[in-house]
Amino acid sequence: MKRTLLALLLITTLFVSFACERRGGVTNGGGSGPILVGYYGDLSGRTSSFGQSTKNGVEMAADEINKAGGIDGRQIQIITEDDQGEPNKAATVVTKLINQDRVAALLGEVASSNSLAAAPKAQEAKVPMISPSSTNPAVTQVGDYIFRVCFIDPFQGEVMAKFSANNLKAKRAAILYDFNSDYSRGLYQFFKRSFESQGGQIVSEQSYTQGDRDFSGQLTAIRAANPDVIYVPGYYGEIGVISNQTKQLGIKAPLLGGDGWDAPQLWDLGGASLNGNYISNHYSVDDPSPAIQKFVADYKARYNILPDALAALGYDSMKVLADAIKRAGTTENVKLRDAIAQTKNFPGVTGQITIDKDRNAVKPAVVLKLQNSKFVYETTISPEGSSEPVATNN
Amino acid sequence: MDTFVQQLINGLNIGAIYALIALGYTMVYGILRLINFAHGDVYMVGAFAGYFLALSLGLAAAPSFLSLGIVLVGSMLIAAVVGVIIERFAYRPVRKYSRMTTLIMAIGVSLLIENLFVAQIGAAPRAFPDFLGSQSQLPYRLFGNAAISKAQIVIFLVSVALMVLLQWIVYKTKVGTAMRAVSFNLNSAKLMGINTDAIISLTFGIGSALAAAGGVLTAQYNPNIDPLMGILTGLKAFVAAVLGGIGNIPGAVLGGLLIGAAETFVVGYGHHIGIASTYRDAVAFAILILVLLIRPSGLLGSTVQEKV
Repeated sequence: MKRTLLALLLITTLFVSFACERRGGVTNGGGSGPILVGYYGDLSGRTSSFGQSTKNGVEMAADEINKAGGIDGRQIQIITEDDQGEPNKAATVVTKLINQDRVAALLGEVASSNSLAAAPKAQEAKVPMISPSSTNPAVTQVGDYIFRVCFIDPFQGEVMAKFSANNLKAKRAAILYDFNSDYSRGLYQFFKRSFESQGGQIVSEQSYTQGDRDFSGQLTAIRAANPDVIYVPGYYGEIGVISNQTKQLGIKAPLLGGDGWDAPQLWDLGGASLNGNYISNHYSVDDPSPAIQKFVADYKARYNILPDALAALGYDSMKVLADAIKRAGTTENVKLRDAIAQTKNFPGVTGQITIDKDRNAVKPAVVLKLQNSKFVYETTISPEGSSEPVATNN
Repeated sequence: MDTFVQQLINGLNIGAIYALIALGYTMVYGILRLINFAHGDVYMVGAFAGYFLALSLGLAAAPSFLSLGIVLVGSMLIAAVVGVIIERFAYRPVRKYSRMTTLIMAIGVSLLIENLFVAQIGAAPRAFPDFLGSQSQLPYRLFGNAAISKAQIVIFLVSVALMVLLQWIVYKTKVGTAMRAVSFNLNSAKLMGINTDAIISLTFGIGSALAAAGGVLTAQYNPNIDPLMGILTGLKAFVAAVLGGIGNIPGAVLGGLLIGAAETFVVGYGHHIGIASTYRDAVAFAILILVLLIRPSGLLGSTVQEKV
């Protein structure tokens, strides 16, 4: 009896795996079936706002493309996987998307640590992967199949350092960073280098780890160093609390951050204590350019919430991928990879996207001020030596 | 100097929360010789009970001491019921087996609660309502830069009041006498006509209510609550109970305050002696190991101590 059961189980397993193989085969061989695109992100973990926003953006872009007739008549089908914001799970779900679902390309992740865990799997299987918003430089260094449609941390760190030195006239900066996050550590180093090269001084360097609940020890040490600004390149879950406790310690220096702050939940956690702080980000919903305002209006009509930068980058990543598939005329991996690499001046919501030789997007960043539960546009800062105009309408 | 005082205030502030949780560990251990590993999760349940209570009663929109009081008492009651249920349906059936069985049951209950919450409401942090206006109010200045916020004052006062109340229950009331009798010797207490099952339930209820108070109070200072918040905090409170002498009530309070102060000073001053602030959590557990090596019965514990 036991043996029969085992045999049955084996046969079923075989059938299931054949079925999967067949499905995959059709996709990769071209033809008229749907183009499978794998999306993976944190949909239920500590940074689930990131995964959810990006997913919204990706799905909206795919629907727009499908409604317009798809790519050469083929529809895009998104297969979504939740990695719960954990690097090892990111690697697992990406392996599943590649081997079981046989996706033509991957979109994800937001957090650099998760992208770094998943990218080697994509590179090994030679499946093109576009990260919408991982900003740590190491992500695309994994290999020639890994791309991104956002700027990278050396630039993001530099933007905030320049903004503090030039616009806020800060001379003394303190840093509080997340010790276990590739994203936060990267920004910390790049901010520090750039701020010091602007003639500023780093007066206190403190760290925490994700999930910490009390920051008063670090903040008291920072207060004693009397900084003009405090750079906190973390994720929104901790930032709200840090901002709250900064206020409770009577610290008046503004907190500065990056795109990791951008989540609706930030306002619940930090409330009024967040007023007067600044972040660097990929785009601003206040941008008057018609393309951005159309995106904002469509997104709002669909999800009943304003799109954050991660939604915009998710949207752009899907559009860049679709554009590359169209130019390549196939989903065959080598040709698709080359087509993504040749992306030039693609008109994205988050700016003109050109993929450089390191497979990163080069584009300006915006600085936003936090005021009454809103990110208010402050200024735009362009990359060094870039020919792009310093303007809000790109 | 003002920085030192500030760090001391910060440390005692976290320490008070550890102490409230440590009391639950120590009381249950005193009576059953059981390390109730699900206790940290009861602290989390308490925080979420307060959160949902505030939302459902619409108190989040009406920040005041009264709202905080209602939420505090309500969540303490809910957590007490949860604690009693855990004891009744998980620990009591296996109490007659070896202590190891109960311990493993405790770990199972802990993981069950955590994963039920993650499955039901997700692991993303939620924002506890700010009843005291901490987000927009400046702290009260003591001297120099040293300051104390409204939330910190409330945490101190309420924790101390609860500890005094517990001391009164244990030493001045009839149930308290019964609790002490049960901890002294469960079987003799039963022979004396004490309803030991009821007393054990009560002990779980009181311990859980104190943990819930810790959860709601800490959320006034740190509004970020999530289903896994009880793991590390629970473990540190356990270390605090061991440090003070497990089974000993004043010991739990002392241990909590010491652990809170120790980790804050590591963060604040560690870099002067080459210890990064990231070592904060390691320090609590290093203390646990040192205590077990040097003074296993803890600071205030002794082998013949009357335990509750």
